[in-house]
Amino acid sequence: MAVCFAPFAAHAHVEGDMAGGLVAGLWHPVSGLDHVLAMVAVGLWGAQLGKPAVWSLPVAFPLVMAIGAFLGLVGMGLPGVEIGIAASALVLGAMVLTEARPPLWLATTIVGAFAIFHGHAHGTELPEDASGLLYSIGFVTATGCLHGCGIALGLVHRWPAGRVLLRVAGGLVALGGCYFLRGALV
Amino acid sequence: MNSRGGAHRTRQRPAPVRFVVSVLATLAFPVLARAHLVNSGLGPFYDGVTHLALSPDELLGIVGLALLAGLGGAAFGRMALFTLPLAWLAGGLLGMTGRITVNLPTATGLALIVIGTLVALDRQVPFAIRPVIVGGFGLVEGLQNGAVAATGALPAGGLLGIAATAFVLVALVAAGAVAIGKQPPWTRIVARVAGSWIAAIGLLMTGWALR
Repeated sequence: MAVCFAPFAAHAHVEGDMAGGLVAGLWHPVSGLDHVLAMVAVGLWGAQLGKPAVWSLPVAFPLVMAIGAFLGLVGMGLPGVEIGIAASALVLGAMVLTEARPPLWLATTIVGAFAIFHGHAHGTELPEDASGLLYSIGFVTATGCLHGCGIALGLVHRWPAGRVLLRVAGGLVALGGCYFLRGALV
Repeated sequence: MNSRGGAHRTRQRPAPVRFVVSVLATLAFPVLARAHLVNSGLGPFYDGVTHLALSPDELLGIVGLALLAGLGGAAFGRMALFTLPLAWLAGGLLGMTGRITVNLPTATGLALIVIGTLVALDRQVPFAIRPVIVGGFGLVEGLQNGAVAATGALPAGGLLGIAATAFVLVALVAAGAVAIGKQPPWTRIVARVAGSWIAAIGLLMTGWALR
C-alpha cells in the first residue's frame, strides 16, 4: 500500500503536498497517546468479546470516526472533544479491566460514540497545505492498524495467564484515561 | 467552498438543509480540470496507465467496486469487468466535448462512501442497481479524465490506457474477491473492513471538498 501511494517527485500530481499529506495522516493518530490508548483498547475489547464483536467493531469504528472528522472538516463544532477522547480511554480501559460483556449493539454504540470525538479532533487538526486525499488515506490506515495491534495483543485472551494480562492492560489504559481526563478538565 | 457561516448571513437554514445545499452546490460547481501532468515517456497509452496508477482516489473506487462485484458473485464480477471500462471510455469521450463537468473530489468522495458502505455491509446489491453503480462511477471519473484530455494535458489515447488498467484491476481484484467469498467467514471480514476504510476515506474526501 505504501509503495502504491508513494509520490514520484518527477511525475507528481501538482495538487499540494501529497507526501506530506500521507505522512501527516499516518502520523496524526499515533502522535497522541490518548488516541493510541483508545484505539488499541477498542482492539483489546473486541478480542476479549470474541466473535462477532472482534469483526464488527473494526468495521464500524472507521466509519463513525470519519463522520466525526467530517463534522470537524465542515466546521461543525463538538463540545468537550478532549474530555470525550480522554473519557474514551478511561471507559474502554475499564471495560477491558472488568471484562464487561454488554450486548453487541451496546458495545458498538459505546465505541461509536467515542469514535465521533476522535474523528472530530482529527478533522479539525489537519494541516492546511496537505493533500486531503492522502491525509485521509493515511489517517484511516493508521487508525485501522492501531485496532489491528489491539486485536493482535488481545489474542492472548485464549490463555488463562493472557486473560489476566489483558485485564492488567485494560487497567493501564484506564489509568492513562484518568491522567488525560484530569488534563482535559483542569 | 467554505460552508462555515459568514457574518452577512441574515437567515440561518437548518444544518441538514445547509449540508444538502452545499453538497449539491459543490457538485454543480464546475472546477478547473486540474490535470495530472503525467508524462511516462512511453506514449499516450502508458501516460493513461501512469495517470491511474498515481490517482489513489480513482484506484480506491475501482478496488471498492471490484470487491463489491466479487463478493456479489462471479456474474456481478463479469458485468463489472466490462461495464466499468466501457463507461469510463464513454465518460471520457463525453468529457472531451467539454459540455459536462463535475466536481471530481465531491463526486468521487460520495461514490467512495456508497461503494465502501455497500462492501462493509456485505449485502447483495439488487440486480438492477448493479450497472448503475458501476457505470455511474466509470462515467463520472471518465468525464473528468476527458475534461483533462480536452485541455491537452492528457493525450486522448491515455483514456484507452486508463480503461485498460481499470479492466485489469477489476479482473484481478474481483477474481480474488470471488475466491474470498467462498472461504471461511473471517476472510470475508477482511474485505468488509477494506470497504469500511474506503467509505471512511470517501467521507473525509467529501468533507475536505466542502470545507
